[in-house]
Amino acid sequence: MFENLSHTALQQYWWILVSILGALLVFLMFIQGGQSLIYQLGKTDKNRSLLINTIGSKWEFTFTTLVTFGGAFFASFPLFYSTSFSGAYWVWFLILIAFVVQAVAYEFRSKPENLLGKQTYDIFLFINGLLGTILVGAAVGTFFTGSHFIIDGERHSQWTMVTRGLEAALNIQNLSLGLTVFFLSRILAILYVFKNVDNDEIVQLARKQLIYNSIPFVFFFLLFAFLLMLSEGFAVNPNTNEVFMEPFKYFNNLIGMPLVAFLFFLGVILVLLGIVFPILKYEKYSNKAIWYSGLGTVLTVFSLFLLAGFNNTAYYPSVADLQSSLTIANSSSSHYTLTAMSYVSLFIPIVLTYIYFVWRALNTKKIELKDLEEEHVY
Amino acid sequence: MTNFDPTLIDWSRAQFAITAFYHWCFVPLTLGLSFIVAFMESLYIKTGNEEWKKITKFWMKLFGINFAIGVATGIVMEFEFGTNWSNYSWFVGDIFGAPLAVEGIMAFFIESTFVAVMFFGWNKVSKKFHLLATWLTAIGANLSALWILVANSWMQYPTGVHFNPDTVRNEMTNFWEVLFSPVAINKFLHTITSGFVLAAVFVVGVSAWFLLKNKETVLAKKSILVATIFGLIMSVFIIITGDQSAKLMAKYQPMKFAAMENIYEGRTKAPLVVIGALTKDKISNKEEFAFKLEIPNILSTMAFQKKDAFVPGIKDIVYGNSELGIIPTSERIQKGKLALEALKDYSEAKKNNDEFAMNESFNILNDNYRHMGYGHFSDPEEIIPPIKATFYSFRFMVASGFWFIILFIFALIYILRNKIEEKRWILYAAIISIPIVYISSQLGWVVTEVGRQPWIIQDLMSVSTAVSNISTGSVITTFMFFAVLFAILVIAEIKILLKQIKLGF
Ligand code: HDD
Ligand code: HEM
Ligand code: HEM
Repeated sequence: MFENLSHTALQQYWWILVSILGALLVFLMFIQGGQSLIYQLGKTDKNRSLLINTIGSKWEFTFTTLVTFGGAFFASFPLFYSTSFSGAYWVWFLILIAFVVQAVAYEFRSKPENLLGKQTYDIFLFINGLLGTILVGAAVGTFFTGSHFIIDGERHSQWTMVTRGLEAALNIQNLSLGLTVFFLSRILAILYVFKNVDNDEIVQLARKQLIYNSIPFVFFFLLFAFLLMLSEGFAVNPNTNEVFMEPFKYFNNLIGMPLVAFLFFLGVILVLLGIVFPILKYEKYSNKAIWYSGLGTVLTVFSLFLLAGFNNTAYYPSVADLQSSLTIANSSSSHYTLTAMSYVSLFIPIVLTYIYFVWRALNTKKIELKDLEEEHVY
Repeated sequence: MTNFDPTLIDWSRAQFAITAFYHWCFVPLTLGLSFIVAFMESLYIKTGNEEWKKITKFWMKLFGINFAIGVATGIVMEFEFGTNWSNYSWFVGDIFGAPLAVEGIMAFFIESTFVAVMFFGWNKVSKKFHLLATWLTAIGANLSALWILVANSWMQYPTGVHFNPDTVRNEMTNFWEVLFSPVAINKFLHTITSGFVLAAVFVVGVSAWFLLKNKETVLAKKSILVATIFGLIMSVFIIITGDQSAKLMAKYQPMKFAAMENIYEGRTKAPLVVIGALTKDKISNKEEFAFKLEIPNILSTMAFQKKDAFVPGIKDIVYGNSELGIIPTSERIQKGKLALEALKDYSEAKKNNDEFAMNESFNILNDNYRHMGYGHFSDPEEIIPPIKATFYSFRFMVASGFWFIILFIFALIYILRNKIEEKRWILYAAIISIPIVYISSQLGWVVTEVGRQPWIIQDLMSVSTAVSNISTGSVITTFMFFAVLFAILVIAEIKILLKQIKLGF
């Protein structure tokens, strides 16, 4: 079945899959958002533990989604992997560290004789919440603003800036996307707390924090969206494969792909509804808001990836040498490999189904302080 | 190709080696303990005896602590392919990426989903479902091992691919050949059984400590019973699969084999050196035996199933052996250079749209492709891997493999006769075996990885051409960072583990 598809169709199929994984990853970053809020929502040691245990039972999903996102990107677009990871060495290194420290923090924090002390592990969680979100957001930002590299005939890349990708964080557009992801992850965490925590003190603080975080979120999101729509973009001539700068490229992509535009706006509206509803009518919406904003996040991020990669656009542009820019056509795996992997992708719905059922089985009721007396707690 | 600063290569290697070493400190225990815990929980469900539940929960707690840091070190490895071996990542991404993605989709999610049930589900899901989750965690963990080992095996024995000069990379032509290559199947079996043995030794050793302290004796003895049966069966398997590893190595990576056995001049009726000590001869610069204990003919028989089979030595492989049809390395270097030249001409011709020249270069490339990796060498002796490390590591691993069988047999006899507390020597031996099994497991990788130097992909790509183009200073910085960070985390994990053990069941 897949072997009969053209190489282009397979490349598009895989770009869609990578985009879905990326979108799910950003949604699941509510874990990171929660970690950055521990001290703001948890004023006592007990409450902090409660929060950490609420989000902690899910941290593996986010982590595994990140790992799978990386693996799938490597397998389907290896030239991106080899160009970006080696080039933006410091960015990826920092992202890596942010996630390494997270993985041990949950399991180690409340164990006796853990060498560094509970507080250090909580700081690890905070670092992960802060750096993980901002840097992943800023790194995705470079899909629209470009990086400084040259690729030679053997597909070896050379990066021309000594800062090795860190300069991306100084670009306002990238930075505003990074901060958008950061504040969004906190909002999602708050909505998750509404749904899952039975503790008045925490919920009251969370309701306040929802407002405080929504303001910068909306600001940075609008700033990013505005800059994106006005900016020049990296267009590809479909006949010659030549890359050139096109004014209003991403705006044109929205117009050119009405379905993507629809998903994008639907997503944005859903995110906003998920924020506004519980502010206005807490009792009615406190349990549902996460689904609005969650689905909205997935749709918005998904359509951003499509804006970057589809409609004759270079998704990983080079500002040092336009013609070195990566497109889904010139950076992908072979027809055979994409075909084989497409069969594997049929497992994805199965994976999502069992995750859904397991998740439901574990979250039958809200978590309270007395649940912390069970044996396995973080 | 670009020529890199040699210290960059060394630092990149060192960084990969140290992070792989850390990862491998935790992975084997995950592989084996997940099954041991599943056996224990099955016994609980079957007998309804609360003691088994306590036992299960105790080992599960240790599993959780170990698992977390295994995950933390794993993601580093995944990123490093891109950050430090980017030229390699492109050259083989078409093959190598696929197992990594499959691993994510098919294995890591099973593991991370059901691990959550295992830890948090005791009072939330039914007993049967909980048991299922424990089994699925074990299966998921071992499936994680499958895919990455397929990728590693492909680097030892590349198959199922062709080289595409247009994209300058290897492209997969047969997924099943990659997945079911004999090297992959055997490497998977040997590696997971090594994890099983390691976990069994771990459980027996920790339980032995309880017996020596006269604490929790009932639960400790029950744990020993499960672990020794499992360990005994698996240590037989490890010898079978280990022997098979060596046979496959003799066939597909003769240089590694010659280094592992320190055979300089090949011969028929080759003896097996059971123990030996090597010294470097100052004049010939060869490793000579200071002393050795050998069994005649056995090596030929073991490697090739024939007493008078010829086992090629380092000299035969480096300088060629016309009788056996081994091409001298100098000739392979020539052919490799031809291939590299042809590749350049091909791209040049393609730029100029010169079909005829393209075809010509393509044919030269095809004829010499099998030697392409050699084109970057100048001295034939560069293809000799470090001998001492490979030779000693292998002997330590094999010796320990036999030792574990003895350990498990005695432990089983005494536990069945309910006399194990009196036999203090076996309790001490079990405790000492814990560090031995960890070292042995690491040394297995030293044989595999050091023995294949200077290749990153056997015959196709040398380590020196695989590396990313970054400044050496950057790599040194990240190396130091990883070395220190992980050292701290490992110390933390060991302290936590010891404390949890002291707290008891
Ligand atoms: C507890 C650990 C352990 C034990 C007791 C053994 N091994 Fe092993 N061995 C490993 C753990 C290991 C490993 C870590 O799992 C390796 C490294 C890579 C691999 O595939 O498995 C390995 C590799 C490895 C290789 C290299 C394969 C290659 O380069 O492709 C050989 C030839 C053997 N082993 C042979 C043996 C023999 C003959 C053993 C026993 C009599 C033995 N091993 C016991
Ligand atoms: C299946 C997984 C693995 C793969 C795909 C793999 C692959 C590699 C690669 C790409 C390198 C760097 C290039 C080189 O120096 O050869 C390397 C080196 C090395 N790896 Fe592995 N490796 C794996 C697992 C391990 C593990 C678990 C260990 C355990 C310690 C290990 C030990 C080493 C060592 C010691 C080196 C350095 C050897 C040297 O440079 O002399 N490897 N391996
Ligand atoms: C270069 C080689 C390797 C890479 C890139 C790699 C990558 C990873 C990653 C990303 C994780 C975290 C997954 C998660 O999110 O749960 C992980 C964990 C794991 N890996 Fe590796 N790995 C390598 C070598 C190996 C080898 C050789 C084995 C086994 C034979 C192995 C077995 C496992 C297992 C069982 C886990 C589960 C967590 C744990 O160890 O506690 N890995 N690995």
